[in-house]
Amino acid sequence: MVRNVEKRFGQTAVLSDVSLTVRAGEAVCIIGPSGSGKSTLLRCINALVPVDSGSITVAGREVNDPRLDKLALRRDVGIVFQQYNLFPHRTALQNVMMAPLHVLKQDRTEVEARARRLLAKVGLEPKTGSYPGELSGGQQQRVAIARSLAMNPKVMLFDEVTAALDPETKKEVLVTIQELAAEGMTCIVVTHEMGFARQVADQVYFTDGGLIVEHGPPDALLGAPREPRTRAFLDKVL
Amino acid sequence: MRPGTDLPVLLPPRALLPGPGPGGADPLLLCPSLLVATAAALLASAAVAQTAGDAARPGAIATLLKWAPLVFSGFLLNVLVSVLSMALGTLAGAFLGLAQVSLLRPLRRVAWAITQFFRNAPWLVLLFYAMFLLPFEVHLFGLTVAFPAWAKAVVGLALPVAANVAEIVRGGVQSIPAGQWESAESLAFSRRQTLTMVVLPQAVKRMIPPWMNLYAILTMATTLISIVGLQDGLTIARAALVAESRPELLVPMYLMLLLMFFAYCYPIARWTLALERRFAVRV
Repeated sequence: MVRNVEKRFGQTAVLSDVSLTVRAGEAVCIIGPSGSGKSTLLRCINALVPVDSGSITVAGREVNDPRLDKLALRRDVGIVFQQYNLFPHRTALQNVMMAPLHVLKQDRTEVEARARRLLAKVGLEPKTGSYPGELSGGQQQRVAIARSLAMNPKVMLFDEVTAALDPETKKEVLVTIQELAAEGMTCIVVTHEMGFARQVADQVYFTDGGLIVEHGPPDALLGAPREPRTRAFLDKVL
Repeated sequence: MRPGTDLPVLLPPRALLPGPGPGGADPLLLCPSLLVATAAALLASAAVAQTAGDAARPGAIATLLKWAPLVFSGFLLNVLVSVLSMALGTLAGAFLGLAQVSLLRPLRRVAWAITQFFRNAPWLVLLFYAMFLLPFEVHLFGLTVAFPAWAKAVVGLALPVAANVAEIVRGGVQSIPAGQWESAESLAFSRRQTLTMVVLPQAVKRMIPPWMNLYAILTMATTLISIVGLQDGLTIARAALVAESRPELLVPMYLMLLLMFFAYCYPIARWTLALERRFAVRV
């Protein structure tokens, strides 16, 4: 899916020669220290950030192509951010409904029914009429997940979605993602939660300094890393 | 950003002042003491004029009251000009402001240049230009439409207003966190949809208080039109003084006009403050 991608901000190479493959239905976790390019990589996948060279293919669509239909790509790729980024002037339900209604131009009653189902699925049925400011961080993040899912994406990207949450609310968000992965949603999760990665991921990638240092099944990578850099990182966080 | 903080340095300045909680209005602004004080000054100066005046002539207060309706009608012209130039300026300024956040570089540059030019030009000079450069009538599709002096004044004042509104719009749009743009984009909203459905609804709220503030400033600046020969409140007050030729009336006459402006602008200022408080820090 991602092949030999390079991304520079000025002189600094944020990503150099990064390659990874995610098959449909797989859950992949990307771990690594801050500033190693994990978030940038996710943003490259849905064309929020342009890449300098290399190739990214999402469901047969080449992202690094000037003629790319970005809006079509983004309909297939959902992303959830660390800071939730809900629309504060709209209720939870409206947040979930907006994109299918205005971007996909779907029927309002259908969209509303699905939005309610999605909010129920992330455990927020009683909060549909609340504004983001009235919700806890974990609840907001779950609304954000439902909002992305409302577009029926083929891939979901999670960018350190629990980094701003306390341990208790973290759990509810992680469980939501875990359920999604179990249902067969293709997920790419940037996270610092090693326990989560071990439980949920089919593949774990360790990045550092814009490079993928190593990757493998979670038990192998987290349990017995081959590279000294991975070992050093894991020794610190585990 | 951090409503739950205990550190005084992180609180907005107003939160440090003792006073009403959220929702309540500032006592200083709630009690219209300034209005009362101005009215008292008016009465006092009228009383002084009353005693100072020649006993053979009608009293100062009676004279003031005689002129009051006429001065008030002039003041209404000030209000009319302020409303119209605000409307015109807001319309033009909205376009200018949005052009400044356009993705098209040339458009952005041109809008920026226009805004900077009119924002940093003296209002009176712009007013003079409008008065002397605009035609007194325009020919439109064979029709001749008169372009009276007050309409020119509206245009002249709308120019700096537009530039200031443009800055308010640009600032409002840019004050919306980048994350809002990012998440709207990632949901496949087009740029126009992002702007109209996500960014502007939030930004307009933040624009209203500075916009109202600008309106209050504009209203007071409309007395500039007396310099270019319009019969506004100031012109009439001056004419009344000339007609009466009683120097002791100078202070109360202008105070009367001042009171009219004050009574009009002060509630706007109070309302602005209330709105500012309501929209404050809800990210």
